[in-house]
Amino acid sequence: MSSKSVSGIEYTKVAEIKGPLLILDGVTRSAFDELVEITPQEGATRLGKVLEVGGGKAVVQVFEGTTGLSVARTKSRFLGKTMEMPVSEEVLGRIFDGLGRPIDGLPEPIGELFKDVNGQPMNPERRDYPTDFIQTGISVIDGMNTLVRGQKLPIFSGAGLPHNKLAAQIARQATVAGSGDEFAVVFAAIGVQHSEAAFFRKSLEESGAIKRSALFLNLADDPAIERIITPRVALTVAEYLAFNLDMHVLVIITDMTNYSEALREISAAREEVPGRKGYPGYLYTDLASLYERAGRIKGHKGSITQMPILSMPSDDITHPIPDLTGYITEGQIVLGRDLYRKDIFPPVNVLSCLSRLMKDGIGEGRTREDHQNVSDQLYAGYARAQELRALAEIVGKAGLAETDMKYLDFGEAFEKKFLKQDYDENRTIKETLLIAWKLFSELPDKELTKIKQQYIDKYAE
Amino acid sequence: MIAKGKIVWISGPAVKASGMSEAKMYETVEVGEDRLVGEIIRLTGDVAFIQVYESTSGLKPGEPVIGTGQPLSVSLGPGMMGKIYDGLQRPLDELAKVAGSFIERGISVPPISHDKEWHFKPTVKKGDIVEAGSVIGVVDETPLIEHKVMVPPEHSGGKILEVIKEGNYNIDEIIATIQKNGPKQDLKMYHRWPVRRGRPYTKRFGSDLPLVTGQRIIDTFFPLVKGGTAAIPGGFGTGKTVTLHQVAAWANAKVVFHVGCGERGNEMTEVLIKFPELKDPATGLSLMERTVLVANTSNMPVAAREASIYTGVTMAEYYRDMGYDVVLVADSTSRWAEALREISGRLEEMPAEEGYPSYLASRLAEFYERAGRMQSLGSPERIGSVTLIGAVSPSGADFTEPVTTHTSRFIKTFWGLDTKLAYSRHYPSINWITSYTGYVDDVSDWWSKNVYQNWRQLRLEAFEILQREDVLKEIVRLLGPEALPNEEKLLLDVARMVKEGFLQQSAFDDIDTYCSPEKQVKQLNILVEFYHLALSALGSGVPLEDIRAMPIITSIIRSKYEIPNTELDKLDKLLGKMKDSFKEIRKVKETETIVK
Repeated sequence: MSSKSVSGIEYTKVAEIKGPLLILDGVTRSAFDELVEITPQEGATRLGKVLEVGGGKAVVQVFEGTTGLSVARTKSRFLGKTMEMPVSEEVLGRIFDGLGRPIDGLPEPIGELFKDVNGQPMNPERRDYPTDFIQTGISVIDGMNTLVRGQKLPIFSGAGLPHNKLAAQIARQATVAGSGDEFAVVFAAIGVQHSEAAFFRKSLEESGAIKRSALFLNLADDPAIERIITPRVALTVAEYLAFNLDMHVLVIITDMTNYSEALREISAAREEVPGRKGYPGYLYTDLASLYERAGRIKGHKGSITQMPILSMPSDDITHPIPDLTGYITEGQIVLGRDLYRKDIFPPVNVLSCLSRLMKDGIGEGRTREDHQNVSDQLYAGYARAQELRALAEIVGKAGLAETDMKYLDFGEAFEKKFLKQDYDENRTIKETLLIAWKLFSELPDKELTKIKQQYIDKYAE
Repeated sequence: MIAKGKIVWISGPAVKASGMSEAKMYETVEVGEDRLVGEIIRLTGDVAFIQVYESTSGLKPGEPVIGTGQPLSVSLGPGMMGKIYDGLQRPLDELAKVAGSFIERGISVPPISHDKEWHFKPTVKKGDIVEAGSVIGVVDETPLIEHKVMVPPEHSGGKILEVIKEGNYNIDEIIATIQKNGPKQDLKMYHRWPVRRGRPYTKRFGSDLPLVTGQRIIDTFFPLVKGGTAAIPGGFGTGKTVTLHQVAAWANAKVVFHVGCGERGNEMTEVLIKFPELKDPATGLSLMERTVLVANTSNMPVAAREASIYTGVTMAEYYRDMGYDVVLVADSTSRWAEALREISGRLEEMPAEEGYPSYLASRLAEFYERAGRMQSLGSPERIGSVTLIGAVSPSGADFTEPVTTHTSRFIKTFWGLDTKLAYSRHYPSINWITSYTGYVDDVSDWWSKNVYQNWRQLRLEAFEILQREDVLKEIVRLLGPEALPNEEKLLLDVARMVKEGFLQQSAFDDIDTYCSPEKQVKQLNILVEFYHLALSALGSGVPLEDIRAMPIITSIIRSKYEIPNTELDKLDKLLGKMKDSFKEIRKVKETETIVK
């Protein structure tokens, strides 16, 4: 995007400071979305951007917060450009703050290009449909909610659940079957605890992936408004790696709930009409502007696979953040507290999970011809088992028919043998399917209505 | 006079400009030095409130705003079929040629090609009298679509002074000159029409022709008619998009519009990749030859999302005017409503429920009323229809939220998707208890005449099984299945068979993806007949366990994907085999009694 205002004009007239917003007076030549440099009387300069301009006023959102700014002695300078991130291959192996400034003690990487952090919408006509199966080595994902290259698949978690462990395992094990291509990892931490960020860093170091990773850290004690920018900076880098350098990029963003809360804070300060639960009416559009930056483009080798993590407030999947996310992303992996209590890792609540792109990434020539049928049967069987479990709690097991008992056993076996696996256990898709067929062998043949006879003849244990 | 003003205020997609006293409501304007497209949505004194259809990043107060004198309009002529447009009718493939893989703003490309030549065949001759809407010639737009070139609506019409002879011309060629009292008027192969006004027609009809979609639960239980309206609400992951894709792919309409309104980019890509491979069941030609996409994905500017639905329906009405049956699926109207809400918020209007503007209901009503089966203007006589199907994405899958509740007042078919069914992978997850349709009476005749005499009775019997199951399920939940008498246990079993063997349908299975009306009836008949035979076997003392153990049950359930639409005699054989199996188990029972 072009820079259109004359840069370097200083405005010292601050009319009002409220929450994260600075309202400047006597503004004549500022542009919407323009970057602003703010110099307080003491301390480091801060950055902000124009949210609204007109009538001589500009409303500026200050990323680092407004603490310590004064009406009388704050200087602000319009920079004549929107926010940009310098990008080059040198960002790999580096650690940045939430605004994209290095914090690993090394000098700023030399930018090959300066890219607007807001990105631009991908032309749907130019998108290439994702179909490359990613083997994560985790049965419940590979077998039932397959991830493909270029997909955006979030993890819906809850406070205290091991979403980070699951994401780290995926980052470590993910390969595209047969290609051996490794993923570059872009990690964006939004308002997470120091320990969580350290866990990811350590996990990437141990696997050696740190050399092809870029980390952007806005931690819990960093300014909240900066969280608006962190995922954008990270995705800008990811786009450069994928579409300029032909790399396959896995972007992990955690935690989108903190991001949405920062957005709500600004909306409230601007006194906007709220949508649900005080979140702004444009939360969907805003989240989409991040999530839609995943995918593949025709004629480019690289891809962006996104795995945002969010914690559902009170484990409520109908809360606006998971709800709107689910409407944008291509499926979701949902973690469940009940399974976690039973010591099952990964505690994936499989019935509420979905991978929308699975159907095109599996089957003959990709995974195996029976994959879809196997997945359908696992779902049908486990759903029935769950239904009967609830029933057995009321009427007792004695009230169930013989077939129903078999389903209860199937449910148990599914959780213990298929779902449950070790943190460092990397199963191939063949192994995953084999476990499934072993589970089916415990059910009467006539119950396998989701599977074509030819596959039963070929694969049944 | 053309309005010329200056920007005074910017906030996201909303811009205020002063010096606009000459501007009209809903006039399109060019905003800023990049000449972004905008539309005037409020006038106060000389200040115009403009919603801008492109990103306003970098726009400054003081930049110019220039009126165009025209409302937001689309170009209508040959060359639209098979295209993918954005919400402002800019072809996305042409945009990509100019700007590359990402969408830049301020780029203008013509909606239909001005270079491409079409083989035009006149259908009128010199001296004929034509009126508004009359067909003056035809063009083979695609192998499936004969494009009728019409005198624009609201045109005076008149006597044909001259008409071009058959041959190849581009759309800028003057193909006819007509005159009525006043000056001579030239006609081209295309004209423009404002998107916010429905295209006029002569007469509106009721409709008794079903829109056959090949989806069993839709066609048999909750049918839709050509020219009807339907809403398909559902939480995320309940399969709205897949169901809509199925309807778009298999509906027996001539033309299909797929409006992706604030949804995923990959979904549009999927249609672009899949539809050319799918074959129209009637002609064997690629489905893309009859499909137009309008894509304003969730990350594209929000105001253009609001326009995209109108852009789509206006183009759909144009093909209706040619006398074709058109289906428009809009995914999702909730995102459209959110765009309304966002703009309304910036206008600082008093909000109604959940921040939506108070005119949400009337806008929805206006939109759905553009559906219908109509006789077109002019001659020769043509009857076409527009069927509107809108997806609704209720927040938290809560059907009491404003968009769902308002929509349900203006549509006649309601396909309510159910999160619980989706979780157990029961697809399509249309809940048969909460869904409804007002068209059963209208389509009964068609089914009786064309498919099966007793269709209505058969449908009702199957429906009763499902409804009784719903009641019994409550009892089971409290007391367990053993508390029920055997007849009711049997009913639960049969209901399960109907669900698995009939209601569930895989969109991804080559055979099951489309189920012809004949196959639907035969399958349903087997299931209902099974219930009758099993009930009578039970009555004559055959144990329930024996019925449950019948191997034919699995064959019945699997028949949906094992018997293709072209080999329906196999279903007749299956029915015969089933009857034999019942004779068999009754015989076993009789022998046992004799032995005792």
